[in-house]
Amino acid sequence: MTSAIPARPVSPDLEPDTSPGVGPGGPSDKKATAQYSDRVRAERRLGWMLAGPAFIVMLAVTLYPILQAIYESLFQFRLTAPGEREFIGLGNYAVILTDNVWWKDLGVTLLITVITVAIELVLGFALALVMHKALKAVRGPLRTAILVPYGIITVVSAFAWFYAFDINSGYVNSWFAWLPGIDSDLNWFAQGPTALFVIMASEIWKTTPFISLLLLAGLAQVPDELTEAAKVDGATWWEQMRKVIIPNMKAAIMVAVLFRALDAFRIFDNVFIMTNGAYGTEVLSLLAYRQSISRLEIGLGSAVSVLLFLCVLIICFIAIKLFKVDLAGAQGGK
Amino acid sequence: MPTRKQNSTRNRPRAGTVASVLAGTLLLSGCGPADGTETLTWYINPDAGGQAAIAERCTEEAGGAYRIETSLLPSDAASQREQLARRLAAGDASLDIMSLDPPFIPELAEPGFLAPVPEDVAQSTTENIVEGALAGATWKDELVTIPFWANTQILWYRKSVAEAAGLDMSKPVTWDQLMDAAAEQDKYLGVQGAQAESMTVWVNALVESGGESIIVDPEAPSDEIELALQSPAGLEAARIVSTIGKDGLGGPGLATQNENTSMINFQGDNGSFMVNWPFVWPATNGAVEAGTLDAGLIEDIGWGLYPQVTEGEDSAPPLGGINLAVGAASDNPELAYEAIECIVSPENQAEYFVTNGNPPANTEAYEDPKIEEAFPMADTIRQSLEQSAPRPQTPFYNEVSTGIQQTWAPPAQVDPEGTPEESTEFIISVLRGEQLL
Repeated sequence: MTSAIPARPVSPDLEPDTSPGVGPGGPSDKKATAQYSDRVRAERRLGWMLAGPAFIVMLAVTLYPILQAIYESLFQFRLTAPGEREFIGLGNYAVILTDNVWWKDLGVTLLITVITVAIELVLGFALALVMHKALKAVRGPLRTAILVPYGIITVVSAFAWFYAFDINSGYVNSWFAWLPGIDSDLNWFAQGPTALFVIMASEIWKTTPFISLLLLAGLAQVPDELTEAAKVDGATWWEQMRKVIIPNMKAAIMVAVLFRALDAFRIFDNVFIMTNGAYGTEVLSLLAYRQSISRLEIGLGSAVSVLLFLCVLIICFIAIKLFKVDLAGAQGGK
Repeated sequence: MPTRKQNSTRNRPRAGTVASVLAGTLLLSGCGPADGTETLTWYINPDAGGQAAIAERCTEEAGGAYRIETSLLPSDAASQREQLARRLAAGDASLDIMSLDPPFIPELAEPGFLAPVPEDVAQSTTENIVEGALAGATWKDELVTIPFWANTQILWYRKSVAEAAGLDMSKPVTWDQLMDAAAEQDKYLGVQGAQAESMTVWVNALVESGGESIIVDPEAPSDEIELALQSPAGLEAARIVSTIGKDGLGGPGLATQNENTSMINFQGDNGSFMVNWPFVWPATNGAVEAGTLDAGLIEDIGWGLYPQVTEGEDSAPPLGGINLAVGAASDNPELAYEAIECIVSPENQAEYFVTNGNPPANTEAYEDPKIEEAFPMADTIRQSLEQSAPRPQTPFYNEVSTGIQQTWAPPAQVDPEGTPEESTEFIISVLRGEQLL
């Protein structure tokens, strides 16, 4: 693994960011540095000088707030009672983790994440195949058309879906009245399951283009020779897919899944606009919002945010360590 | 290297100019504009332009003593509170005048975020103010804000439906009568069943009409607050909400129905009776003028006092409105209060009612002939204001209100026996910091 270091001296600054623990920083690193030639060292310095400002800005806008949130989460602190600020250690975490609301919201968030990512992956793959195979003449307009939902601001698309399904102003009930279970009296946002259905449908509609774009990049990397060779060997379409194309773009698929899962886990806009968390549709981001913004309980809200951040880290960890997602390999099918 | 040196010397005089210009600007802004007029910022809730017009009028009347500039707050009351609370907590000096929703006053008054009201201003602005509005403007027996306009819900009804039900609408009616009438004629009752602030407004009015208050001692610290939701009045409130929900009297959209959607249903074929704010009148008239609603509708709409819970006992209608407050960090609290005295003058309140549909807090303003013309129900509104009861006045209003919303919505899930108890336990444990909201 460390043999990769001398082989990639051109972009040493990328290492600590993209694959922590894999690049320099290990115990063997010092020895490696000593062996660097002047040129490599100069390039390394140039790399730091080029990336340094961005790195510092990133520290200021991400690391600092994260540390501040961790610090605040140890206090009982309400913005409208500044005099009563009190250090309570991990008390806020105890309150949150022993509360059903946290676990229920975590369940809802995970449900939304798993279902939307699974459906988006299938739909996105189909769209990627269509875009990949489309005739040159229609390729441009087709890609644009597929990308339109992704270009719409989430709040706007949330309102559009809300008004479409709303019992007073919506048209869905009258258009789909022929389906069992749907009639003019169905109030989609009055109970959890139907409300979650609309929230997830809106989420899927909006972000499938993103996943299909990532998959298209992976699809383009599969060498044509391989599929042609498979065809010559008499492989059916399904066999080509399963044995040649999908294994060759595994890295792209995993990166797409990871990115979308992290995004879906932090879902906020759709729920906020459509139900504001009513009737069992509350997600973790909304829970954090409710504590720190609505209740002005900075301590409790920070603790929810820190836990949410830990959940995101765990998802990353599972993806990178267990499923061996290689973030750097996204562009090249490994 | 030499080039760089040259550059830096050339830059020096320029840097000097920038610095002196900057210093000049700072100096100027410290002294205010050249004409010596102080600028006051008034954070207003969105309306139909009425507050901006008043600001302009008062600026003119001030004759150069101050100039009022308005700054728009978010559209819903909860977001307005969030923004104001954060600015006040940060010591924002630009909060000269604020339009505040009464339920949030204790939360901002308790930590000393509001500048004290001068004695003379308190005296001149509290004459002839309706009782409910005045109660909402005080915290711990001290006036902390100035009432500007006061809102209340009245009962709106379709005359045809009331007639068919054989109800005498010249006298106050009860919730039971309305529920029976709606059930018999298969019409929808206009109430607000969404999980939102309007749910607290409804529950509070029911409990207050039953002779109790949701919070026994509103001034108690968070861990000593006691609720009266399990009292007979609370149980009766739960029975009414639950019956309307379970029997489908509010229509299929009840669980997500707010003030606006209940008005739209009321205007439709299934409309019967509705409790709602006075905005219904200008909105319905506007829709008729625009041609979206039938002209005959206006003739069919009647109004009366908020329904009673117990026959023969006066109801306690919901109270809303806007009060004006001055931020403790404001640079010009005296001028701000001077401006407030101008803003809340009875003439301005009357004008604001006529143009924007927001009822005056000052009873004197109701004498204005313009009002009777624009709002034929002005007398009902005035009487409703006199009878009205504010929502719980506590620095923890947000917790209490959200706790009620989460346990009392949707109405169909309300259990007349269990919900008041569940609601009480939930709110108490949130207030004690043992549970999330």
